[in-house]
Amino acid sequence: MAEVVVLLDLWVSPFGQRCRIALAEKGVAYEYKEEYKEEDWTNKSPLLLQSNPVHKKVPVLIHDGKPVCESLIIVQYIYEVWSDGAPLLPADPYARAQARFWGDFVDKKIYECGTRLWKLKGEAQQEAKKELIEILKLLQAELGDKKYFGGDAFGYVDIALVPFCAWFYTYKACGGLSVEAEVPKLAAWGRRCMERESVAKTLYDPLKVYEFVCHLKKKYGIE
Amino acid sequence: MDPAGGFDLELLGSWADSHTHRVQLALKLKGLPFEYREEDSLRPSAAVLLHNPVYGSLPVLLHRGRALLHSVVILQYLDEAWPSGRLLLPSDPCDRAAVRFWSHFADDKLAPSVAAVFSSCPGDGRKAAVDQVHQNLKLLERELGGGGAFEGRRFFGGDEIGLLDVVLGCGSYWLAVFEEVMEVKLVDPEAFPRFHAWLRDFEEQREVKETIPPIDKLLEYATAVRQMMLGGTGADDDNVVAVN
Repeated sequence: MAEVVVLLDLWVSPFGQRCRIALAEKGVAYEYKEEYKEEDWTNKSPLLLQSNPVHKKVPVLIHDGKPVCESLIIVQYIYEVWSDGAPLLPADPYARAQARFWGDFVDKKIYECGTRLWKLKGEAQQEAKKELIEILKLLQAELGDKKYFGGDAFGYVDIALVPFCAWFYTYKACGGLSVEAEVPKLAAWGRRCMERESVAKTLYDPLKVYEFVCHLKKKYGIE
Repeated sequence: MDPAGGFDLELLGSWADSHTHRVQLALKLKGLPFEYREEDSLRPSAAVLLHNPVYGSLPVLLHRGRALLHSVVILQYLDEAWPSGRLLLPSDPCDRAAVRFWSHFADDKLAPSVAAVFSSCPGDGRKAAVDQVHQNLKLLERELGGGGAFEGRRFFGGDEIGLLDVVLGCGSYWLAVFEEVMEVKLVDPEAFPRFHAWLRDFEEQREVKETIPPIDKLLEYATAVRQMMLGGTGADDDNVVAVN
């Protein structure tokens, strides 16, 4: 019996992109369904509301009718179900615990701080910029001289962080934060990840992301 | 097993910290001996800062000197490092995703809402904080009921307690403590019969009784923290100490 895999998502969502990258790494065929038609955040499909009644947010992976919510939980699910091919998590339990720790760190820190950076002005924005630089420096230190966060294999932490690479241009344009200047090794890691087909085909042009953010700012009267 | 403690496990924790209790309970359930070292959760020692430079928080589990951090990460590590013993996570990937989802809910939504009750001021603020806890408990109540992910189960883990029971249970004692200290009703057995029954069964488990401090000690602690919040900074000050 053929499996049916559906991903409810939003094109620009870095969280949704984590799932798309993981599915691509595993070569899983799925149906992509765009939510929030015409950027109306209240326009949530009945399927989304039914599949994620607690948070009513994308991404949601629906596998043979059963929903899985939250991007990093989805990535672990993909790893556990489609166990052939790319090992998204390390085999060693300690390395795996490290991966989960850093994935959680990315989850807690990047999106929230990055949003403050492009949304706010003045002192609050400068504060966000300082904080984001510290966060990126910690990640760069964790990466060290490795090819990817997991070593030679592209995996969980890379997947958690890489979608935000498309936001680096926005961080610079809106907040004056140059990732290249502040954390060059991390910037180089981002470029290495972009050489992977799963990442290149998933991430949007940083200019498109910036356009989206400008559009959001105008819509909410921020400026 | 090495009689000198061959599992080489040392837990740095705090006696009133629910995340520490999670790890202690998990180690007990898995029959893993460990050494415990009491730490000050508000003033991290050099050892804690060495092993957890990013957050400086507890608990820290040292296994052969290597640090494991974040209680939910630690619990999964215990299953993966000792796969032949009692397992905390279910084996089915869908069930594992549900456990992870609700564990995240416990830490991201439920715990902060309970803490908000503790730091609330009387009046509308407290009422809103209590309502938020009720909203969150309603969601868990639904999952234990018809059509829910844990429908009809005695524990979230099934017949025995599992990872989600440990995560939710270690922390749920604050509900009873805050009910008394803040004079509010949080777990009404009529509004949340399944959650109430689950909590009562959880707290009756031998390993749980051996892990969670006596309620009067927790009450004393919470009362003291509340006094400090009110007395030290003024009754309506927003700078309150968070209780985890």
